[in-house]
Amino acid sequence: MRFFQTIKLAIKNIRSNKLRSALTMIGIIIGISSVIVLVGMGSGSTKQITSQVQSLGTNLISANTSSNGNKQFTLDNVKDIEQIQGVDKVAPVISTNTTVKVDKNSQSTSVTGTTSNFLDIRNMTISEGRFIADLDVDYRGKVAVLGSDIAQQLYGFTDPVGKDIDIKGSTYQVVGVLKSQGSSMGNNTDDMIIIPSTTAIGLAGTRNVQNVYIKSSNDKDVDSVTNQVNQYLTSFFKSTDSSNRVMSQKQLLDTMSSITSTMTYLLGGIAAISLVVGGIGVMNVMLVSVSERTKEIGIRKSLGGSRKDILIQFLIEALVLSSLGGVLGILFGLGLGWAVSALGMSMTFSIPVVVVAFSFSLAVGIIFGIFPAYKASKLKPIDALRFE
Amino acid sequence: MIEIKDLCKEYTMGDTVVKALDNINLNIKENEFVSIIGPSGSGKSTLMNILGCLDVSDSGSYVFEDIKVEKATEKELTKIRNRQIGFIFQNFNLLNKLNALENVEVPLLYRGISEKECRAVALEYLEKVGLKGREHHRPNQLSGGQQQRVAIARALVGNPKLLLADEPTGALDSKTSKEIMELIKELHKQGQSIILITHDSNIAKQAERVVTIEDGKLYA
Repeated sequence: MRFFQTIKLAIKNIRSNKLRSALTMIGIIIGISSVIVLVGMGSGSTKQITSQVQSLGTNLISANTSSNGNKQFTLDNVKDIEQIQGVDKVAPVISTNTTVKVDKNSQSTSVTGTTSNFLDIRNMTISEGRFIADLDVDYRGKVAVLGSDIAQQLYGFTDPVGKDIDIKGSTYQVVGVLKSQGSSMGNNTDDMIIIPSTTAIGLAGTRNVQNVYIKSSNDKDVDSVTNQVNQYLTSFFKSTDSSNRVMSQKQLLDTMSSITSTMTYLLGGIAAISLVVGGIGVMNVMLVSVSERTKEIGIRKSLGGSRKDILIQFLIEALVLSSLGGVLGILFGLGLGWAVSALGMSMTFSIPVVVVAFSFSLAVGIIFGIFPAYKASKLKPIDALRFE
Repeated sequence: MIEIKDLCKEYTMGDTVVKALDNINLNIKENEFVSIIGPSGSGKSTLMNILGCLDVSDSGSYVFEDIKVEKATEKELTKIRNRQIGFIFQNFNLLNKLNALENVEVPLLYRGISEKECRAVALEYLEKVGLKGREHHRPNQLSGGQQQRVAIARALVGNPKLLLADEPTGALDSKTSKEIMELIKELHKQGQSIILITHDSNIAKQAERVVTIEDGKLYA
């Protein structure tokens, strides 16, 4: 029989028992749609995390320079890090918790002391006024730059630039407001109050620099710079343990990527299991179908249908069922994924996933359809005709 | 056309061995109309199944148009069933999900012929058996006689050398039986070789030659 005829015959047989066909396809539809949705969610979160980390710049390195009790890392030592080959810019960070007051509005919050490089290294932009300048650092200026959220909290809708702000009893002047960045990886820059590093030393009452942000000259140098900074700090603090004080955004990115990839594969694997179950459902129905149509097989063989004809007939039927289920599953999966992303969860759809999912459904049809089809083809015409 | 020598077929039913066919010898020439008559259990159905290449004998030889059937491969047997032999059964054996036209097309479709051609030839044969206008009726929308006509059209559509009829009138009333037998006799007049199996002597004697079968043995 010609190929197209066989397809038409398969469609006819599937339509003649709509309920059974629909129930058979449900397994495949659920399997395929869950593969698409779960893999979409997995790769969506990978993408989200990756872009968040990347927005900070992949050549960003953060070094933990807090004292281990023996030695203190001070602003003078920061210059040593600057000398390391491959380092473009550095910005020390001194953090302290204190009370901040605007008019009657008083809050206990964290104040960050740093230098002018901080803006560039952390990929931030000023929305009003200016950032901390080198002069402010040199002269221990009492100036502050506010994050967008805290500026609104303290000053409402009035422009804070030029206004006064009381930090731990001293009056500072607001010189700038940062553009909103949103929170990324737990770090909410919109809540920051930034003052010059030297001023912060006085405020904190200690010379201890807790963190140093380092920007490497280019992406290629990140790993070597990370290692060198780590070596320097290990020898500086005379640590006996190889505690890792230095982490690059690139390392963070790699770790997060591998975690989310694993998660995506896991989700995909679980979904694939449901696909296998769907396939078993197809096989079950096809076996029953073959049994029910024994007489039909006998008649066809008596009319000259060869074993190959019968095998292909039933195999194509299984294939049409499973690929139809695959298409419906893809549509349903895409629709469901669109609904999920509308609720806020990030999803990405890729053509490869859809293609793989569809080929899976074809494979299911072939694998689970071949055995019933083979059984059908082996029937002896005379036995089949006698079957009531 | 057909030469059968010492054909034997046995069935084991529990402890007993039943000799369905016991050294059958039969020769049939082209354009002959032969009827094989015998009571129920005589082995006539077994004989017909072997004649039609639906079943294989245990021993003996069956030569059909110079083909040694007992030595033929499954592929060769399928080809014979498709091109050389046409069947009519007592209970019609039509495919219920297909309409009359589609039923008649089946043997041609298995030859790989285009749908358009199959359709044309099938229509021709349905008209020959007097069913013009009923092409799109399903078997459950046709009377017994009409269904048998569809089966006859299907059996003949590929121009087979031999028409095998197993109790063709067994499920029909006397009037329709007569019509079907007239049709069969007409086909013989047009040159078709026919073997008809029945238990009814009134039907059997309408053939050219009558052969009796009893307890697996053939009597001329």
